[in-house]
Amino acid sequence: MYPEYMLESIKRLKATRKERMEQKFPMRTPKQKEELLKGFHPDYIASSMRTLKVGPNKGDKTPHELANLLEAYPVLDLSKLDLSRPDRDVDVLIIGGGGAGASAALVAHKAGANVLVVTKLRIGDANTRMAQGGIQAADKQNDSPVRHYLDVMGGGHFKNVPELVRALVLDAPGVVAWLEELGVMFDKEPDGTMITIHGGGTSRKRMHAARDYTGAEIMRVLQDELLNRDIPRVEFAGATELLTDGNGGVSGAVLVNLETGEKLVVRAKTTILATGGCGRLHIQGFPCTNHYGATADGLVLAYRAGAKLAFMDTIQYHPTGVAYPEQIVGLLVTEKVRSIGAHLVNLQGNRFIYELESRDITASAIIRECKERNNGVQTPTGRFGVWLDTPLIEILKGAGTVKKSLPAMHHQFERFGIIMDKEPILTYPTQHYQNGGILINDRAETGLRNLYAAGEVAGGIHGRNRLMGNSLLGILVFGRRAGNTAAKAAKAIKQKPKIGLGHIEPFVAELKKAKIPEGRKSPMLLPDYRRPEMRRPYAFLTQ
Amino acid sequence: MPKQEMVTIYVMGKAYKVPKDLTIMDAMEYAGYQFIRGCGCRGGFCGACGTIYRTRDSYKLKVGLACQTVIEDGMYLTQLPFFPANKATYNIRKIRPTTQTLVKFYPEIMRCISCNACTKICPQDIDVMSYINAAIKGDNEAVADMSFDCIMCGLCASRCPAEIVHYNVALLARRITGSKIHKRSSHLKERLKEIRERKFDKDIERLMKSSEQELSKMYYDKKIRDIEPR
Repeated sequence: MYPEYMLESIKRLKATRKERMEQKFPMRTPKQKEELLKGFHPDYIASSMRTLKVGPNKGDKTPHELANLLEAYPVLDLSKLDLSRPDRDVDVLIIGGGGAGASAALVAHKAGANVLVVTKLRIGDANTRMAQGGIQAADKQNDSPVRHYLDVMGGGHFKNVPELVRALVLDAPGVVAWLEELGVMFDKEPDGTMITIHGGGTSRKRMHAARDYTGAEIMRVLQDELLNRDIPRVEFAGATELLTDGNGGVSGAVLVNLETGEKLVVRAKTTILATGGCGRLHIQGFPCTNHYGATADGLVLAYRAGAKLAFMDTIQYHPTGVAYPEQIVGLLVTEKVRSIGAHLVNLQGNRFIYELESRDITASAIIRECKERNNGVQTPTGRFGVWLDTPLIEILKGAGTVKKSLPAMHHQFERFGIIMDKEPILTYPTQHYQNGGILINDRAETGLRNLYAAGEVAGGIHGRNRLMGNSLLGILVFGRRAGNTAAKAAKAIKQKPKIGLGHIEPFVAELKKAKIPEGRKSPMLLPDYRRPEMRRPYAFLTQ
Repeated sequence: MPKQEMVTIYVMGKAYKVPKDLTIMDAMEYAGYQFIRGCGCRGGFCGACGTIYRTRDSYKLKVGLACQTVIEDGMYLTQLPFFPANKATYNIRKIRPTTQTLVKFYPEIMRCISCNACTKICPQDIDVMSYINAAIKGDNEAVADMSFDCIMCGLCASRCPAEIVHYNVALLARRITGSKIHKRSSHLKERLKEIRERKFDKDIERLMKSSEQELSKMYYDKKIRDIEPR
């Protein structure tokens, strides 16, 4: 339910609807885009970042919140840990139980590897589960992977690593077919034709969806498959350190049981990091769309062991996070809402940007509308936002479309008394995705021997800005590739690898030399949302 | 700042004063709880934070996701982050679905006594009992459609006197529907063939070798990269 004063602006929105439907809104030119980004995108606030003094990316810039974790001391002192008798010995250790970890596990297991999946929460607790809008694949007649390639590069400002984009677009149809075979219920016509729509920055309608539960649907199927094949897994076990072989290779990890504090030493011939992103760092104080566990752990572990990161100075802010009601501020309002016709409308009832520009451009335009032009709608708690004219979808696509195509969104707002097929919803950019990550090649190999990365933790695929529907895709493309490469590599390793923590000492020495405050510890594993006076280290860290 | 209005909630019977208007999850964190269990996506998609509660002056059992439900004064709550569930093991590729498939893997669905407790407790407002009815009749597609919003929180299973694990039955029905009942996409098959025949390799190779300027030119050229109408 909206307070009285906001209804004034909604009246204006309704009054301009007819006119807006006729209006052709031009795409921004390259020059206009640059102006928008430089002027209003949060990445361009120089004071929000700092130059790293330690580690493989020394000299590169990254947000303070992430730098505080990369340049930090081990959260657990493992120097007295007995490594002579590992608790588990496996071919492929997969850290992370989201879409990338699960798909890597399925592929590696099928290739005959002895696999172990570990995750700090439950299997399936991941951003994958929260992805609503869809997954891209150029599988229609009027489309091609070549087009998809160009769209991806344009979205990423032409900085993406070419071989990764090639892998992404050429694997895409195969990934969708794999999911179809596993029983993911994509939206289809009765004859089997995929119902596909646009996303921001796509030149063809190639977004495949499962209502607005696309990621949840994919995740629950992959999870079920892990159980059916009885692939070994350990839940509530957070990785605090990688193990190394003293010769530049990675050979497993040390995990901590989040419930009991017990340590688990896993020796592995190959290790795949599939730990996801960093939304819960709340870069620049932004709310986020991410899972509770999105705390950049994989970046920290890999960085400490010597792996290079890429594009760590670019964070994706999703243009439309919830701005009202306060209880769900920052949660995702899927781009699909705009794909199927909703306009972005300011306080005065006017459009101000073409709704399907790429995310960084749209987010910047919304920030400009609120901060510079004072055209934002203020909420009772002092936030600003712009309207998404969701009732327009009903007019354009027919009555009942919102409930049918966006059931999760509809339900979410309904819980707070907002009926989004009758009233617009208020949105503002929210931290959504880590565009960069551990630099990989098209076999999902990192710079360290026997360490692989897939999913949001991996970097280079999306350049400086990811397009909608390419994260679910990237997760599965590189999850599968990582599973495949790691299983093959493990097969070629005949002896159990040496394990140690030899990489920690020189890193700590570097930290001390750079005068990094000793109290700074990582990985974070879980965020702390208690009120400040109640905060203290998690029990599993002190047990 | 005006003084925050406080209300009292009872977490597993223990009283805490917390600011009004918070969600159950935020209120518990305000009170000092650290979540390891009972907290997942914080966005209503993962089913980790199913919560059962009562309010003053009512005998009724209510339910909500802790991350999506606003507290009420006097709310008396407990979370149910996990419930032991029976799951059948199957090879989805080998299943040839009939009206008996769901019953074969989950015979306990026949024990449904139509008490409707599952539907009443579902935080997603799914008509759970009706889809179990459809499962008994062997209508895979109806089960799949009706259960689609399921987040597998397990509350239905916790209330079922017949010990049915509804959400696993529904998951099997959806997988059968997605892989066996809905028609496969012919355009997808054709594209896969083209990719196997390496139809796009040369063109992609060319793009990979292009400079940023060349790519940018192609990207903004409406003849090369025309945009399909929304």
